Amino acid sequence: MSAVVIHGAILLGLLYAIMVLGVFLTFRVLNYADLTVDGSLPLGAAITASLIATGTNPFLATLVAPLLGAVAGLITGILHTKFSITPLLSGILTSIGLYSINLRIMNSPNISLLRATTVYDYFSLGGLSARTGEYLAAGVVVVILVLLLYSFLHTESGLAVRATGDNEIMMRSQGVNTDNMKILGLSLSNALVALSGAMIAQYQGFADVNMGIGTIIVGLASVIIGEVLFGVKSILGKVVAVVFGSVVYRLAIALVLRLGFIEHTDLRLFTALLVTLALIAPELSKKFQANAGSKRLSA
Amino acid sequence: MLNVKSLTKIFYPGSINERVALDRVSLSLEKGQFTTIIGGNGAGKSTLLKCIAGIYQAEEGTVSLNGEEVTRLPDYRRAASICHVFQDPMVGTAASLTVEENLALALRRGDKRRLRWAIADSNRVFFQERLLSLQLGLEERLNSPVKLLSGGQRQALALLMTTLKEPKLALLDEHTASLDPKTANTVLELTEKLIENQGITTLMVTHNMEQALKMGHRTIMMHEGKIILDVSGPDRKNLTVSDLVDMFYEASGEELQQDRLLLAKGR
Ligand SMILES: Nc1ncnc2c1ncn2[C@@H]1O[C@H](COP(=O)(O)OP(=O)(O)O)[C@@H](O)[C@H]1O
Ligand SMILES: [Mg+2]
Repeated sequence: MSAVVIHGAILLGLLYAIMVLGVFLTFRVLNYADLTVDGSLPLGAAITASLIATGTNPFLATLVAPLLGAVAGLITGILHTKFSITPLLSGILTSIGLYSINLRIMNSPNISLLRATTVYDYFSLGGLSARTGEYLAAGVVVVILVLLLYSFLHTESGLAVRATGDNEIMMRSQGVNTDNMKILGLSLSNALVALSGAMIAQYQGFADVNMGIGTIIVGLASVIIGEVLFGVKSILGKVVAVVFGSVVYRLAIALVLRLGFIEHTDLRLFTALLVTLALIAPELSKKFQANAGSKRLSA
Repeated sequence: MLNVKSLTKIFYPGSINERVALDRVSLSLEKGQFTTIIGGNGAGKSTLLKCIAGIYQAEEGTVSLNGEEVTRLPDYRRAASICHVFQDPMVGTAASLTVEENLALALRRGDKRRLRWAIADSNRVFFQERLLSLQLGLEERLNSPVKLLSGGQRQALALLMTTLKEPKLALLDEHTASLDPKTANTVLELTEKLIENQGITTLMVTHNMEQALKMGHRTIMMHEGKIILDVSGPDRKNLTVSDLVDMFYEASGEELQQDRLLLAKGR
């Protein structure tokens, strides 16, 4: 692989890692498969790209993304907790609705940022190369968010969110409204996802209404890769593993594309198979062991 | 202290599966009174506790705590005053959280959860002190995930969690029933030490009649959603398990078929 391809994969991995942190928060901490992310990632991209295109300061434009993302998570949370709609359907409803909203925000299916000033330009100001600036921006944002998420999970509220995902009856019997904790977790998660979309749009130089399709699967794949490769127990370890999982996922995709195993069109199928395999692996290994055990007995 | 008035709980009302789990149950507990509840399977004991805790909403009747009506309050809004220990050791604690994290959750029972550190160093010292009183060696395992503990250890931890911040009312629902006899005894001793001897108003469901008579100040027997026996004071002092079986027969017109209840005598 060429250096350009590798750098591109690592950078994209870091920027998607912000989204994966959000998926980690819902899928692993809250135990909630949230499909809102397919809509909130392009939401972040759309709002930031349109704001930048109309002359807003890129930092300000980037900060608007997580706010709107949080609102998207809030809506999914309310649909689920107040109206008892299943987690999957609540997320689908919000993300489908967001598709139209994203089109409205951009007034077209996509916006180009190729000639606009983005946050990355500020990071390469002191004579640094564009790539160094991109690494610096992505690195700073990811490190800050990892520390923030890690800290949050150790606050009273964060602990209550974790306990809600673990044992709802217990958490309610300790006086916590678990509905509110789910809403809080979903809002924070989608804030991260939208921020990720904002950073990706500026890096790629465009926002596209279809860029969110399959986000949840990419998120799950990255979470699982991180867990398998860096099977750590501590919270900090788990959060950091998520970032590595995202980068490894991008590198793996770049590699299989490079080697010609699959073509671009097959990417989603490849990812879906990867996640399916990871999800059924524990079951398979259990069956395998049971079989091996019974064979040994009958022998 | 606790005042339950004519409480009725019906599952699947209006359907062919309709089941009256509580039938106009009234019950008053004085402050500091430790009351044991016995009764066969399906008598409505757990349902009564769950209606008091707010996990279930009753169809009719009221629940008041210290003169304040709480009938329509959801469970999490009653948690500041009421704590609940369940039969299943898996329910009372969060498995993936560590011992100290579980304790930290209980330390703030009923409080608003804020954006400050969940555990301070001073909390750890306090937790260790309290864990030491369990004499299960848990003070050495503050950072162990609770899923690594045995059922007995988890139940002991759940008990400790209920008393970390003193409740007005403790609800114990057969909290030793799923433990082996030796562990059940340890947890029962802890119940005496942490709850009974602290003068906490308590409703304790048990399947062990001897235990029901030995512990606390008052014993209630339930059958088909009703309280059919309520003894306390001198009447209760001289009561034996076989008296209790006879009284059950008189009050319900049925033999006490719950083998579980009788066999449990020895424990
Ligand atoms: N969640 C529920 N849904 C339907 N029926 C229930 C439920 N909980 C309890 N019941 C029914 O209510 C009756 C009383 O149950 P319960 O209070 O658990 O009895 P106990 O604790 O005395 O054994 C039983 O007939 C039981 O089947
Ligand atoms: Mg019961």
